[in-house]
Amino acid sequence: MLSELDISAIIVTIKLALISTAILILIGTPLAWWLSQTRFKFKVILEAIIALPLILPPTVLGFYLLMTLGSNGPVGSLLESFGGGSLAFTFTGLVVGSVIYSLPFVVQPLQNSFSSIGRQSIEVAATLGASKLDRFFTVTVPLARSGFITATVLGFAHTVGEFGVVLMIGGNIPGETGVLSIAIYDHVEAMEYSQAHLLAGGLLVTSFLMLIFVYLFNRHFSIMRYRG
Amino acid sequence: MIECNIKIKLDTFSLDAKFSVPDKGITVVFGASGSGKTTLLRAIAGLEKGDSGYLKVGDSVWQKGDDFVPTHKRKIGYVFQEAALFDHLDVKGNLGYAIKRTTGLTEDFIDSIYTLLNIKSLLNRSTTQLSGGEKQRVAIARALLTNPEILLLDEPLSALDLKRKNEILPYLDSLHNQLNIPVFYVTHSQDETSRLADHLMLIEDGKIIGNGPVNEMLTRFDMPMSHSADAISIFDAKVTSRDPEFNLIRLEFSGGEFVVPDNSLSIESLVRIRVAARDVSLTKNKQIDTSILNIFPAVVEEIVPEGKAQVMVRLSMNGDTLLACLTRKSATMLQVESGLSVFVQIKSVAILS
Repeated sequence: MLSELDISAIIVTIKLALISTAILILIGTPLAWWLSQTRFKFKVILEAIIALPLILPPTVLGFYLLMTLGSNGPVGSLLESFGGGSLAFTFTGLVVGSVIYSLPFVVQPLQNSFSSIGRQSIEVAATLGASKLDRFFTVTVPLARSGFITATVLGFAHTVGEFGVVLMIGGNIPGETGVLSIAIYDHVEAMEYSQAHLLAGGLLVTSFLMLIFVYLFNRHFSIMRYRG
Repeated sequence: MIECNIKIKLDTFSLDAKFSVPDKGITVVFGASGSGKTTLLRAIAGLEKGDSGYLKVGDSVWQKGDDFVPTHKRKIGYVFQEAALFDHLDVKGNLGYAIKRTTGLTEDFIDSIYTLLNIKSLLNRSTTQLSGGEKQRVAIARALLTNPEILLLDEPLSALDLKRKNEILPYLDSLHNQLNIPVFYVTHSQDETSRLADHLMLIEDGKIIGNGPVNEMLTRFDMPMSHSADAISIFDAKVTSRDPEFNLIRLEFSGGEFVVPDNSLSIESLVRIRVAARDVSLTKNKQIDTSILNIFPAVVEEIVPEGKAQVMVRLSMNGDTLLACLTRKSATMLQVESGLSVFVQIKSVAILS
């Protein structure tokens, strides 16, 4: 059965995914909204930066994060000068890494559904007396519901499944940064195949069920679909 | 009064709208597609913003130089071309969206709007279960529930087929008769214009080329509508009596009394009569042995050539203005000129509303 280490890995993973997803939705929503509305000239550059984790090897991303967040990196030394600690090999560092790594999986579906809403519904709401913020929460968000479902599920699942970034920046400290995907790797390294099976199989089934959920609620689901 | 002086530059088009119109009744904004009608309406709603300008509706100033009241703070009701109901809400939710954001609405007022547009039976439906006409009725009700100072309608019938149009026109008539607020009605349909307009504003290439009382605008020779092949004049009249023997009714207007087939209008009701310039002929003496019932004395005001073979004549019938389209030959034979007293024979009339 599951060892204590496995259970702590599952708990850390779920905690990481929940916190990262919440932060992703909080950051991703205004970012995606802005991208869907702006005519800013250098928008493509920003879109490309957000999309980078889609194609970059996670170890590359993890490496640069380690350089940036570690005590010698710019962010790390800044934090230390304020009396904080380096983010490398901490849970907070993991959250930062996960958020950056999963950002495109949240921003793109949101941006797509925001763009497909079109101007008219929002203008109608304005003529009915709704202020900008009111319009966003009572018209844009409900009409982009499918985008939010997709973004949430993908953000969560992608965080659960990450390996390279976590390994580089987290360092596999049990109970702190030791996550499921690394636990599976450790089991395989130690030739404990039945333990690996249990965790890997569980992850497979969970991921499958989450995607079924997305497709069920969202017929037009595709993360790679740009504004249409 | 509604006073407007707005300039807006868009990518391929610019609007230069300077006008003042009465703040009651229906002002029809008439023009070809692409002439800027919708842009004008959007500017009044604050959905398009020019660099500077002036807009005052009743007592509210909505734009003055750089001071620009945003759309959600303007007391407007706006009906879009395609009803544009919120799909994530049912009919009740759509109406509630307006009700929630409007202060001082009474149950009686809400009820009167529901009755006016006859939508009580639709309240519990989802928006996808409505026909095009029903959607537009809900959209009009939703716009009125903001208790607006002005109602703006952007071609509300253009997306509907003829049957649905005829279904919704009576509701627009009752808006006309029962609303105290001014209405701006954008259309390129002459039918809708002649039926609904009190006031007519003509727009061409983003410029207002004229505005005034509807029949004046239809019959002025310096305005384009008096020169079209289907030029018309309209009169407001009252049903005075019935002739059951021949199944006719009499309609009184300032120039006399029309006699038309009885279409079961009630006595005393107000109607609008449309006469096509083609259906009017002139005689110097009153014809007695003629099948035409509607003959009135009139005075020629002005005559202009219309192409090579025809002329358009504007006549005054005791203050009401009528257009007659004649051949140049008849006009020459009758020696038609301004000041001449004649009789007009009207072959057919259309009763609107």
